[in-house]
Amino acid sequence: MRFTLNGSSTDVDAHPMARLLDVLREDCGLTGAKEGCGEGECGACTVLVNGDPVCSCIVPFSQVDSAAVVTIEGLGDDHPLQHCFMSEVGAQCGICTPGMIMASLALPDDPTLDEIKVALAGNLCRCTGYSAIYRAIALSSQVARERVDGQVGNRT
Amino acid sequence: MRIATSTLQSRRATSLDEALKILSDEPRMPIAGATDVYVGLNFGTLKEKSYLDIWALDELRRISIEGEMLSIGALATYTSIIRSKAVNDRLPMLVAASRLVGGPQIQNRGTIGGNVANASPAGDTLPVLAAVNAVIVLRSASRERRININEFYTGYRVTQRKADELIVAVEIPRVEGKQWFRKVGTRAAQAISKIVVGAVRSSKPAIAFGSVAATVVRVPKTEAALARGASIDEAAKILGDEITPIDDVRSTADYRRRVAMNLLKRFWSETQ
Amino acid sequence: MSAVGENVPRKDGIGKATGRALYADDITFPGMIYGRTIRSTIARGTVKSVKVNGGVPGLVVADHSDIPGDNVCYLIEKDQPFLVERDVRHQAEPILLLAHESREVLNAVDVAIEYDRLEPMFDPERSATCFKRIDIKKGDVEAALAKADLIVEGTYRTGSQEHVYIEPNGVIAVPENGGIAVYGSVQCPFYVLKALKSLLGDRMPVRVIQTETGGGFGGKEEYPSMLAGHACLLALKSGRPVKIIYDRVEDMIATTKRHPSIVKHRTGVMRNGRIVAMDVDVLLDGGAYITLSPVVLSRGCIHAAGPYRCDNTRIRGRAVATNTPPNGAFRGFGAPQTEFAVEVHMERIAEALRMDSVSLREMNALTLGDTTATGQKMGEDCSALMVLDEAVRRTDFRKKRDAYKGTNRAIGLALFYHGAGFTGSGERFLKSRARLDLTETGVRIAVGSTEIGQGTRTMHAQIVADALGVPYEIIDVAQPDTSLVADSGPTVASRTCMVVGKILEECAIEMRAKLGPLSPAEYHAKHGAFSVLRTYEPPAWIVWDDDTYLGDAYATYGWGCDVVEMEVDRDTWEAKPLKVTAVQEFGRPIHPNLARGQIEGGTAQGMGFALLERVVMRDGVMANAQLTNYVIPTTLDTPEYDVVMLENRYEGGPFGAKGLGELPMDGPAPAVVNALRHFGLDLREVPATPEIISLCASR
Repeated sequence: MRFTLNGSSTDVDAHPMARLLDVLREDCGLTGAKEGCGEGECGACTVLVNGDPVCSCIVPFSQVDSAAVVTIEGLGDDHPLQHCFMSEVGAQCGICTPGMIMASLALPDDPTLDEIKVALAGNLCRCTGYSAIYRAIALSSQVARERVDGQVGNRT
Repeated sequence: MRIATSTLQSRRATSLDEALKILSDEPRMPIAGATDVYVGLNFGTLKEKSYLDIWALDELRRISIEGEMLSIGALATYTSIIRSKAVNDRLPMLVAASRLVGGPQIQNRGTIGGNVANASPAGDTLPVLAAVNAVIVLRSASRERRININEFYTGYRVTQRKADELIVAVEIPRVEGKQWFRKVGTRAAQAISKIVVGAVRSSKPAIAFGSVAATVVRVPKTEAALARGASIDEAAKILGDEITPIDDVRSTADYRRRVAMNLLKRFWSETQ
Repeated sequence: MSAVGENVPRKDGIGKATGRALYADDITFPGMIYGRTIRSTIARGTVKSVKVNGGVPGLVVADHSDIPGDNVCYLIEKDQPFLVERDVRHQAEPILLLAHESREVLNAVDVAIEYDRLEPMFDPERSATCFKRIDIKKGDVEAALAKADLIVEGTYRTGSQEHVYIEPNGVIAVPENGGIAVYGSVQCPFYVLKALKSLLGDRMPVRVIQTETGGGFGGKEEYPSMLAGHACLLALKSGRPVKIIYDRVEDMIATTKRHPSIVKHRTGVMRNGRIVAMDVDVLLDGGAYITLSPVVLSRGCIHAAGPYRCDNTRIRGRAVATNTPPNGAFRGFGAPQTEFAVEVHMERIAEALRMDSVSLREMNALTLGDTTATGQKMGEDCSALMVLDEAVRRTDFRKKRDAYKGTNRAIGLALFYHGAGFTGSGERFLKSRARLDLTETGVRIAVGSTEIGQGTRTMHAQIVADALGVPYEIIDVAQPDTSLVADSGPTVASRTCMVVGKILEECAIEMRAKLGPLSPAEYHAKHGAFSVLRTYEPPAWIVWDDDTYLGDAYATYGWGCDVVEMEVDRDTWEAKPLKVTAVQEFGRPIHPNLARGQIEGGTAQGMGFALLERVVMRDGVMANAQLTNYVIPTTLDTPEYDVVMLENRYEGGPFGAKGLGELPMDGPAPAVVNALRHFGLDLREVPATPEIISLCASR
């Protein structure tokens, strides 16, 4: 079945009822999405499907036919969220971090604290108590803005 | 638990006609957002082997106002309901309920048709729909029929949907009166309700509860008492006898009963 | 340019945020197959027969008869088997192991087990089997009670709590070189090693390697030994690598949880508020096997009188058996339970005396020169009044408490402390070691301490860098592999910084002496590599009697005072925390952001313990073993935190640091209940769910 994975067209042969999480981790070799509960409660398996964060442990593979799927690997290793989650200790043990970051991608620029809390209400973290995650996201907004400003500045 | 995928089979419909044709040939479990279905599959508690994937049926996603009727397609997700101007205008308590379903990931996938078909007594949209006498629109290859949601459930997780039918839409007539909704969950988000209420205040009050019986229920005795001018305290006593909550892993019958009575009073005082 | 005290870049790199960090289930080996555990479905009885139905080609089966060594999952005592031989003592007890290439085939295998059932015992108050008894006596409590102006009594209960590390337990056992290697999500690789040597016999080479671990909180202190043993048996039987990853349901049902407690207080006070006698009875439900119950009881009892001065105390504790899955280590380790009891009891004493509860605490809090219930004299590192004063001042506590009267808001407070490191002679017996290796480019830390999110790698590297006087960047940290690193003792008991960090500091000082003025790279180029290996020396002044439980229980203590503001919905009795102020003194932070993370995370876990987390047991097993039904706080359940990190440097710790990891867990539950008490609710238990609050309100 064809779908777009992290920007590239992909063809994977897997059972239509296989969990998207398993297809990503096993057939595609992308282990960034994690299984924390298998019931759509913890959000550690969060990926984007057509731009929307979803729990991949409860998505049947057939339903991403021709869809655009983005996983944490699709962000590379230089995204402001990634740096800020580490520097602000938004990631302690890190198991919830890929899911947290993917869910955060749905936020607008410069989100309010309430917007962040609502956007992450489906992602459980047991290590941080969430505050450092909010700090990481707030700093990331700032870093992202500075990068854009820097690029604009370089071009003028 | 790993799903026993090799024992399952699934067909994917790309049009409503195709879906209905398949169902007329053989019984299959329709799955859309699959949020609850997949939990059962992941844990091996769901024994169904044949599935019909209807996620691709965009024609069932429309939300529109046709005169007095608000029509919500069965595959409208909670996210699309939250963002819909039509629903915000006509049925804001459905928006309130949708915001409290799970978290964003669940809201992006769960559908109103799924909530209705899943028939959980704790379904968050069901008391809203029951309080406004929403009509469930069912279609098969041969016909279309409409059933008031208050007649749709005949027992614990048992609906009037026939094996060859799909829920295609939920229709809500114009709501006269003030809408009120409250969900008491196990926590502030990602919570199954311990008790959930949808209500409309008018000369004929309509009040529906989830998680206090085997299905979503209206409370006709309580409604009649309020309509004839009984005091709210008297009505609350009648309510206490009218509902049949149970003890379970999440809460107790005693708590549910007391909270139901308190919420009735809160509804009454806030919709004056 | 010092590293200690700075928010240096973490040694974890960026892997956790890119999906590249490898946790147990991310790793595969060639030829790897999957394992499954068949567990008892009765709480007590004997196994009559075990039958695997239908010949399944390729299925590997192992039972107790496949054990080459001893069928003993060795921890403190030798009572818990890896696999049931005949006697079943709890539901979900492991009986049989299966492995297969296909998980689908594996999960479909039907195993029929016949039992002879016996009547199970679930009520700890009626249990006839005592795992451990502790009696701590100071002064003459009965005489002092007789002379008291008032006696206040109370019984307090705490429920079980499940860790909910977001990564469930999992290991992979890999046959290698005539022996076996176990990779897994573990806090204590050397504990696992010890248990495996018992299981496999001493002659088989075994090593244990920690993979990136997604949370522990004590839940991966002892349980992984059982899991590793199971994986090894299947690996040995099949000759192939075997991966066993628990799904969430199995993990919650079968693995350890926090000991439920019933604590009784009888306290003698004088009219002016001075506490003259404390008589405390501690009962812990240990579950079916001893595991760590004696040590949990120990810490719980030592902290049971709270951070208060009292000349006459008696603390009697028992950890008893029930036919439930064994309980075990969980952050706080007995102290959250007993400090809950004493802090709510203090509130009730104040109520009985019609005295301001802050003043009551001010009057009785430990200060320099006072002795604890075990007779330990407080030194300059005692900060009880410091944290109390700061918390009360910062939150404007008294004013708020008065202002909230008659509203649906309330404010509550708890004062607490937490001993750092192993109790009494524990550190001496552990003989923990640390090693530093000089490398071509710098220095490598080789310790058995594990990074489980708390910042071990980073914090140790900071200490070594500054003690050695070299840049932080040239320090690297070896992955804990028992064949390659020193046994630094377990990563528990808030000791990883204070104890292991201390050994590393001393290693670094010794290394510096040998390096002279040369940098590590210069020395290496000239003279080659060398290592420094040292053993922990507990402070010489520590005197402790294991029989009387008297003396210096801990080298030092962390101190905390939490203030919680709550709002209660009068219709639904939902108690919503609005703000938590956590004032904590722990020597000084090595990495401020990582330290803050421990306080915020531990406080959140404590808030869950206080309000949300309820283990529902039916027939001796957890009935709500799904994250849908066992609920931990989400973002929307978590209030604003105001964290204050006070310093009172402890000279026995590296750069003045004490232990921190568990301290934050002790405060939230009593602070929450004390706030709820201000509504006139006579609450004496946690979790204080809306159902419990509503029952309280109706009385």
